[in-house]
Amino acid sequence: MAQIRIENVRKDFGTFNAVKSSTFTIEDGEFFMLLGPSGCGKTTTLRMMAGLELPTSGEIYIDGEEVGQKPASQRDIAFVFQMFALYPHMNVRKNISYPLLSQGMARPQVRKKVAEVAEILGITDILERPVGGLSGGDRQRVALGRAIVRNPKAFLMDEPLGALDAEFRQHMSEELRALHDRMGATTVYVTHDQLEAMQMGDKIVVMNHGVVEQFGVPQDIYDWPATRFVAQFIGSPSMNFLEFNGTVGNGAEHVSLGETRFAVPRQLAGASGALTLGVRPEHVHLSDAASYRGEIIASEYLGTTQIVTLKTAHGQVKARIPSHVPVQVGESTGLDFDARTLSVFDNASNLALISETNREVLDHG
Amino acid sequence: MAEVILDNVSKSFGTNTALADVSMTVPDGSFVVLLGPTGAGKTTTLRMVSGLDKPSKGSVSIGGRSMAGLTPAQRDVAMVFQQYSLYPHLTVRENLEFPLKSPILRTPKAEIARKVGEVAEILQISHKLDNKATALSGGEMQRVSIGRALVRNPAVYLMDEPLSSLDAKLRSDLRIELKSIQANSGATILYVTHDQVEAMTMATHVGVLDKGRLVQFGTPREIYENPVSIYVASRLGQPRINLVPADVFGGAPEGAATIGLRPEQIMQGEGEESFVERVEHLGDQTQLHLKFKSHDLITVTDAHTALTHGDVVKIQPQNPYYFDATGARIA
Repeated sequence: MAQIRIENVRKDFGTFNAVKSSTFTIEDGEFFMLLGPSGCGKTTTLRMMAGLELPTSGEIYIDGEEVGQKPASQRDIAFVFQMFALYPHMNVRKNISYPLLSQGMARPQVRKKVAEVAEILGITDILERPVGGLSGGDRQRVALGRAIVRNPKAFLMDEPLGALDAEFRQHMSEELRALHDRMGATTVYVTHDQLEAMQMGDKIVVMNHGVVEQFGVPQDIYDWPATRFVAQFIGSPSMNFLEFNGTVGNGAEHVSLGETRFAVPRQLAGASGALTLGVRPEHVHLSDAASYRGEIIASEYLGTTQIVTLKTAHGQVKARIPSHVPVQVGESTGLDFDARTLSVFDNASNLALISETNREVLDHG
Repeated sequence: MAEVILDNVSKSFGTNTALADVSMTVPDGSFVVLLGPTGAGKTTTLRMVSGLDKPSKGSVSIGGRSMAGLTPAQRDVAMVFQQYSLYPHLTVRENLEFPLKSPILRTPKAEIARKVGEVAEILQISHKLDNKATALSGGEMQRVSIGRALVRNPAVYLMDEPLSSLDAKLRSDLRIELKSIQANSGATILYVTHDQVEAMTMATHVGVLDKGRLVQFGTPREIYENPVSIYVASRLGQPRINLVPADVFGGAPEGAATIGLRPEQIMQGEGEESFVERVEHLGDQTQLHLKFKSHDLITVTDAHTALTHGDVVKIQPQNPYYFDATGARIA
């Protein structure tokens, strides 16, 4: 298994720039997520790691070796596509054996390898079955088996669960992650689903318009988004943005939105002009005593919690509060924010302003 | 708007029973969501009310009027399907106007323009009104087809997974919009989905269907907090309810075969030891995957928990559900 290093990688298709200069490192054994909306360049990045596309410029290192301009066949990587790309005329065993036989491995050895992989995936009892009659889950396990059996340096997966319904998807994502934990294989996984990325990933790269917006562990990215894009893309409901015009000085511990002053983490850089105060829904508290007011326009019951949508002087704000708290649509209430958790963004650059609390995360990229 | 009553409605297709003795009242001005997996009978129920299908047994009435023998057009219902069906040669505006231009309705021009403008605003398609329907994205087309139902003022709206083809952000916006349209206008909506979030957040009442039977009907809170069976308990809640043999924890009542624990019904800090298998940071909360006496459990904990793989956590049930061997709730 291997470390994968992406350095200043860029990809152009004619005049279209799909990936701008990207740099990040996937450590050996990591489950690594490439996350972003469609068209953000995540699949192109993955395909460059696989050798299915060659970078226009930059280097790709697998296990220390620069492979950027090498074809896929020389990279020793297994690519798992959106599922179910199986040979329909072969049974399960032949599907899994195929990559080994085509490499010229001796038959007894192939038998042994296939048995091992089938055991890992729990598909030993269906080895002789035709793939045609298999359930979605089993087909997916077979596709994985065909990737695993070669013992590649890394697995690259492009939305492997994209075609599945929500319930089954949840089940397979748990299974996939457990499989990774048993094998410890470096895995790069492309998804547009932020929850899937948070849930499965050791680390996440968030991309937008061909640019790496942030790179780090899930909780850090959630707590301390580097850009407005990341703040809105990660989390559901997404981070509330209260836009205002003002000045934040170096060392400031408050921002002023009209009449109201909100305490924020101590700021380490100044900015002025169009700014945004970012607050996660679970850090908004309803409190009659608070001076900042909002009108409740909706409440959505979710079991243990409810999402309350409020109309404020700075647009809609969503609060996640316990479901036993009674709320009445149409009523006015005060809003309090957890000061320690707030982010301030500069609208001109779309970047988060560095503060005492996010410094550590954002300094690391 | 009007009340819809299903009285002992059954529907068979050949030897296959799609609906079995479904009796349900959709109160006037309510938002009833039918929830269940594929094949539970949700869409069949909707088709009985719309008149697209006839019950094999039982009856449907809308606003106190029996629907027996009435065609969909005679029933004064507006339907929205999962698959949008727009007139491709017309613009968005013309598509939205179409139901109002019916010669029976004789809606004045100014009124049509007002209605269309209002609905377009709600559905965030005002800027596309003069585009051809075919020049829209899938999500936009679906909003237009919802809009085409909303411009009318029928006895009841029937909606079959109208949001399932939209992206997450738009779905969450439209959940709120649909609910507020319904609450403000007093419209009666019968809505089919397999998405539990839609059911919980929009419904005034949820009907849970299982293999053609209506197994529970109540407010989202009743369904979530007081499920009648394992089946119902498993329909709502994310992460899903933990189900383990009743004797795994002490104190099970007589006849209990299974104990059901929603993640929040597992108390941490006291009780018996479990082992942390995996920690998933979801941002606002963290999910703990626990191993307890060879059983897998999922619970939730503080977002910034220090727990990691291999740690020991003491747990005990807090107000759990008990089910008998048939899956029925007994405590």
